[in-house]
Amino acid sequence: MLQVTNLVKNFSQPDGGSLKVLDIPNLSIEEGEQLALIGQSGGGKTTLLHLIAGLLTPDEGSIRINGTNLTRLSEQGRDRFRAGTIGYVFQTFNLLPAFTALENVRLGMTFGSGKAEGDRARDLLSRVGLAERANYRPSQLSVGQQQRVAIARSLAGSPRVLLADEPTANVDPVSAENVLNLICDTCREEKVAMLMVTHDLQIASRFQRVEKLSDLNQVGSSTNDS
Amino acid sequence: MTLIQIAWRNFCHRSLSSILTTLSLSLGVGLVVLVLSIYGVINEAFTRNASVGYNLVVGPKGSPLQLTLNSVFYLSQPIENLPYTEYMEFLPEAERQAIVSRFGGDSELGKRGGRYAPFIGDGFVIPLALGDYFGEFRVVGTTPLFFEKLRHGPTLEQKFTFSEGRAFLDFSEQHSYFEAVVGSRVAKEMNVGIGDEFFPTHGDPTGHGHDLGFTIVGIMDPTGTPNDRAAFVNLEGFYLMDGHAKPLEDETSQSNEELADIKSSEDVGERLAQRDDYRLLSIPAREVTSILIRTGDIMFAPGLQNTINEGIRSQAAAPVGEINKLMALIVGPLKNAILIITLITCFVAAVGILVAIYNSMNDRKRDIAVMRALGARRVTVTTIIIYESLLVAVIGALVGWILAHAAVSAYSGQIEDQTGVQVGFFTTSGNEIWILPLVILLALIAALLPAWSAYRTDVGSNLSA
Repeated sequence: MLQVTNLVKNFSQPDGGSLKVLDIPNLSIEEGEQLALIGQSGGGKTTLLHLIAGLLTPDEGSIRINGTNLTRLSEQGRDRFRAGTIGYVFQTFNLLPAFTALENVRLGMTFGSGKAEGDRARDLLSRVGLAERANYRPSQLSVGQQQRVAIARSLAGSPRVLLADEPTANVDPVSAENVLNLICDTCREEKVAMLMVTHDLQIASRFQRVEKLSDLNQVGSSTNDS
Repeated sequence: MTLIQIAWRNFCHRSLSSILTTLSLSLGVGLVVLVLSIYGVINEAFTRNASVGYNLVVGPKGSPLQLTLNSVFYLSQPIENLPYTEYMEFLPEAERQAIVSRFGGDSELGKRGGRYAPFIGDGFVIPLALGDYFGEFRVVGTTPLFFEKLRHGPTLEQKFTFSEGRAFLDFSEQHSYFEAVVGSRVAKEMNVGIGDEFFPTHGDPTGHGHDLGFTIVGIMDPTGTPNDRAAFVNLEGFYLMDGHAKPLEDETSQSNEELADIKSSEDVGERLAQRDDYRLLSIPAREVTSILIRTGDIMFAPGLQNTINEGIRSQAAAPVGEINKLMALIVGPLKNAILIITLITCFVAAVGILVAIYNSMNDRKRDIAVMRALGARRVTVTTIIIYESLLVAVIGALVGWILAHAAVSAYSGQIEDQTGVQVGFFTTSGNEIWILPLVILLALIAALLPAWSAYRTDVGSNLSA
C-alpha cells in the first residue's frame, strides 16, 4: 500500500548550506496495517508525514502509494491524489473555525471528489459520537470533541492511507484513549492503512507494529523538525 | 460544499470586518448611483421642459441660451423686446389685416403676408411678454392660443387642463382684459384660488406693484413643466399696465389711474368694450419679448431658423438643442466631475477590501494550509479569496444601489413637485448598468494581492506552526 524507498529530505539553511533531516532507505505499510512510528520531538516525524502526504517534495527517493509514485506527480497531481487517497489527522486538530462540525467534515470531501455527501459526513460524525453536535462550531466543542471531528474529517474522502500526527498529544488521558480507539477501530473497519507518529510509548504499545524513527532514519537525531 | 459557500462562510466568520468593508463600498456605490439618478432627473427635466410643443423660440439678437432660459423655463432675464411688427411677420395677410384694423397702425402692414408666414403653414405663433412677477413667479403675457395650441407630456399629446376654472379669454364681460391663469405651483405656494386678484410687480419680485390687477379664472393641473410656476395673463391686459407701452411721441395713452377707475367700476365690461378700439395699444406701441413657433411641417423649422438668424433684428433658437448644449457644456462636465469623485470613493472602498482581506491573511494562513492538506489546490484557495472579495463587491453594490434608489424614491414626491419628473424605486439611468461590472473589476483587482498571498502560502511551515 505504502512504500517509501531511499527517501532523502534536506532543508536549506540561512547560511546558504543545507541540512539533511531525513534519509530513510525503506519503509512500507500494507493495506489495513496500523503502524506506530515513535521518535523524539524534532526527529523529523512531521516532515516524514508531510512528505508522504505530498505536502513536501523529497530531494531523493520515491514514495509509492497504491502503486502511484507520488514524487513523479506535479503539485496539482499531488493535491488531487492527496484529496482522494490520504487522510490527515493533525496534532492541533486544525478545524476551520468558520465552519460547523458537519461542514468541516464535508470540506474533507469537497476538495476530493468535489461532492460533499451529506449522508457520509453525518454517518462519520455519528461514528465518532457527535451526531448531535453536527451544527456546532469548533469553538463550541470540547478539545476531545474537536479531535473526533478532525478524525471524521480525515476519513471523509474515503482515504486508503491515514496519517496521524500525534493526535492524542493535546487531549487528556481519557480522551486520548477514546481518540486512539476511534482511529484504530475506524481504520480497521474501512481497511485503511494507518501511520501514526507519536513520542508516547504508552500510546505506541497499543499497536501491533511499532517502529522507531531513529532506526529508520540514517540521519543523526540532531536534526530539527520543520 | 461549493467554493462560493466556503467563501460565504469566511465572509460571515469575519462579520464585523466584512460588514464594515461592504458598507464602505455600498456608500461609494450609493453615491455613484445618486449622482447618476440626479443627473438623469435634471436631464429629463430640462429635456421634457424644452419639449413643450413648439420647435422654435424667437427673440432679440443675443444669447440663444438666455432666450431659451427666459422664454421656455422662465428663468434669467429677458434680453430685450421685439417690435410687434416682428411678430406680425409670422402671420398671413388676413391676420395682419385684422390686427391693423383692431389696434391701429401703418395700414401698409395689412396689405401683405408676413415674411416668415409661408414657413408656418398649419402651425402656430404665440407671442410672449415677460418682465413682471407675481411673488417670485414670472408673469407671462400671452394670448389664449397658448392654452389652445400648446401640448405637453412625454408624447406631446396632452392639452393643458385645469384643476379649477378655465383659460382666460381674449376679452370677458366680467373681467375685461384682466383675466389670469396660474400654474399649479403658483396657486399652491401663493395660496390663491379662482376669483382672487393679484397685482404684478414690475421688473423683479420686489419691484413696484402695478395698479392694475388680474383676476384668476383658471388654475392649471400640474404639468411637470415650467408652466407650473408661471402666472399667465392676457397680453392685452399686460400692455395696459403702466410702463408696458413703448413710448411714442405721437401717441396719447390712457393713464393707469383712469384704467384702474374703469376696472373698479361696476360696468367695467361695457365701458372697456366701448373703448376697446382706441384704448388698446396701437401696433407701434406694442412689443413682445419672444415668440413661440411651431411650423406646420417640422421639416420647415431648420429653414425658418436659418432665415430668421440671417436677419439683423431677431434670432431663433431651438430649445431642445440649446438645452442639450447646456447639458453637454455645463451640467455634463459637472456630472463627470462629481462622478469622478464618487468613483474615487469606490476606489478607496476597493482599497478597503484589499486591506481587510490582506490583513486577515496572516490569521488565515493556517486555515489555508489545512485546506491544502485536505486536498485543495493552490488555485482553489486562491479562488476562495477572490470569491470573498467578489461577495463584498456584489453585496456592497446591491446595498448601495438599494440605498440610493430608496433615497430617490423617498424624495420622489418633492422631486416631482420641483421638476415634474416622476421617479420611482426602479427608475434607473442607463449608466447604472456599468456599476456592477466596474465594482466587480475593482474587487478583482483588490483581491489580487491577498489571492497571491494565499497562493504562495507554504503548507508545511503553517501546519507545523
